[in-house]
Amino acid sequence: MTTPLLTVRGVKTFYGRVMALKGVDMNVNDGEIVTLIGANGAGKSTLMMTICGNPRAREGTIEFAGSDITQLPTHEIARLKLAQAPEGRRIFSRMTVLENLQMGATTGAPAEFDRDLERVLTLFPRLKQRLNQRGGTLSGGEQQMLAIARALMARPRLLLLDEPSLGLAPMIVRQIFDAIKALNAEDGLTVFLVEQNAYHALKLAHRGYVMVNGLITLSGSGRELLERPEIKQAYLEGGRA
Amino acid sequence: MQAGSQDRRVELTRALRDAGVTALLAFGLFLPLIGFETQQNIRNELILTTRLPLLFTIVAIVGVGRLVYSLALDPWLKQRTMRPPQATPSAWRAPVAKWFIPFSIGFVIAYPIIVVAIKGLGGAVKWVDNFGIQILIYVMLGWGLNIVVGLAGLLDLGYVAFYAVGAYSYALLAKTFGFSFWILLPLAGLLSSFWGILLGFPVLRLRGDYLAIVTLAFGEIIRIVLINWVDLTNGYAGISGIPRPTFFGISFNANDDGFAAVFGLEFSPIYRTIFLYYLILALAFLTAFVTVRLRRLPVGRAWEALREDEIACRSLGINTTNTKLTAFAMGAMFAGFAGSFFAARQGFVSPESFTFLESATILSIVVLGGMGSQIGVAIAAIVMIGGTEIMRELDFLKQIFGSAFDPTQYRMLLFGFAMVLIMIWKPRGLISSRDPSVFLKERKSISSDLVKEGHG
Repeated sequence: MTTPLLTVRGVKTFYGRVMALKGVDMNVNDGEIVTLIGANGAGKSTLMMTICGNPRAREGTIEFAGSDITQLPTHEIARLKLAQAPEGRRIFSRMTVLENLQMGATTGAPAEFDRDLERVLTLFPRLKQRLNQRGGTLSGGEQQMLAIARALMARPRLLLLDEPSLGLAPMIVRQIFDAIKALNAEDGLTVFLVEQNAYHALKLAHRGYVMVNGLITLSGSGRELLERPEIKQAYLEGGRA
Repeated sequence: MQAGSQDRRVELTRALRDAGVTALLAFGLFLPLIGFETQQNIRNELILTTRLPLLFTIVAIVGVGRLVYSLALDPWLKQRTMRPPQATPSAWRAPVAKWFIPFSIGFVIAYPIIVVAIKGLGGAVKWVDNFGIQILIYVMLGWGLNIVVGLAGLLDLGYVAFYAVGAYSYALLAKTFGFSFWILLPLAGLLSSFWGILLGFPVLRLRGDYLAIVTLAFGEIIRIVLINWVDLTNGYAGISGIPRPTFFGISFNANDDGFAAVFGLEFSPIYRTIFLYYLILALAFLTAFVTVRLRRLPVGRAWEALREDEIACRSLGINTTNTKLTAFAMGAMFAGFAGSFFAARQGFVSPESFTFLESATILSIVVLGGMGSQIGVAIAAIVMIGGTEIMRELDFLKQIFGSAFDPTQYRMLLFGFAMVLIMIWKPRGLISSRDPSVFLKERKSISSDLVKEGHG
């Protein structure tokens, strides 16, 4: 069996004296879409941020593409082609869409810029019309598309997405999830997705993890997890669906 | 008709009552402030005198002012805001915007010649020196600080420290070792940027208010060291007799090998002044040019991105530590250039020139001009520094207010007033739009009023 692209082993993260992650084990294989679901405050975003080195894991190891990244500074982790579309999008609001995309290509090769730009603009045609517009003037959905597109400009081997559906209309959510699916199917991009929207996320993902209070409590294929009664109970409208 | 006149009477009553209340407030406020005055007599006793005529004059002015405001100014302002905004900008704007920069560059290059033509050789010195050189120094400092504050978004209240480092570097090295201005200019820039990095390291984790306080302290530390390290800096007395810059080895003096003699001209101090003018103009243009170029390079874009969102920067693989340090170093370098020019121009430096007030002036030039805007900063420098200088020229005011009246004493009052007005009228500075540094099709700039503010 090949080694996974991302391996998280026994990771504990603290905010001051509060333990937010209590020994998390998980992995993401090459070419997979893996999702992490859980309630508010379970530690999903903390895990994603810990993978990126801010905050740092106090115990345990994180390996990416065969190298230990547990102690690396965030920007060096990003240079290993691990891109992140952070929670709350965090686009550069006074800069234009094109400039935002250019910032995403910081770690990429300049020669590939035009091709990568073409690719993300075909994926998100809405951005093409808005290229010279400021990031701050975009709608929420467009900003999320921009955040993902910006992360893609670095040609990542692994894309971390933190709640891309946050505060968006169902139709926009579908567009974004379709784009993630297309990226995975056509470009073989590996995606690790943190979501509140459990139904959509599990339908999209190959595998899923469920996090409760800083621990992974369940894992399995997306389809499997969707069928589990406790998942239905807790995350899919009390099992009525 | 009847109703209209009644309305007006109601309005008049209301305005009168309003004015009365305002005058009363003014009376209460100014009674202790202006109404009484304490003086010491010859036996060191305090004597309380009253200044009632002055007090009532001021109260009357306030009351009448309020009446005029509520009867005339307020309705006019309301009417103005009721008017729908104009959809298309007026037609004269486009050609003005297009020709403004070439025209201004041409004007500043021709400025000394114009002044000499109007005022003659002798009379021109004051105008080139006080208005030209003085303003250009601040334009350059403003552009330098603009890199740190406007582009990278790092609020620096101690910028004058780097100016001081540049000035003292030139003063000490030129006096001790006799190096020429042209060797010491880059050296002073280098030393200043070194101090910029030195300041940068401890403050890397700080942002916003905290950063501002630490930089403020840094500026004061440099000034206090300059005052107290008497062996090196001669303390409060400062360093005098600093060598002046030369024109390719020809100095500007009345000797036989001086500039005037070599070129067969009659000796006049104007030649040195004009030379210094073009020197600082070239340095200022260098600052502007480098900034414009840097904005299009990865490091410049990283500065701007850093201003917007530091966490996003890091997640995109930008080394925020290095990015901040380069911003500090670049900003400090230009302050160092300006500082060594300042020392060379004055021939004298002392800690007095590098007080917090200087930092505050430079920062307000950047803020009033519109953070990140080169032209805005230049205009703000002209208004603020030129405004100060022009107050020295307003002799006719003495005829109105008596010979003891010194308009420069009211400088800070007018500064404050101008600042309040600009912040009401244009809260993001004179020029608040940001030009994108990269385009695919056409250039388009959007007023930053339309955009939500970046996270500080």
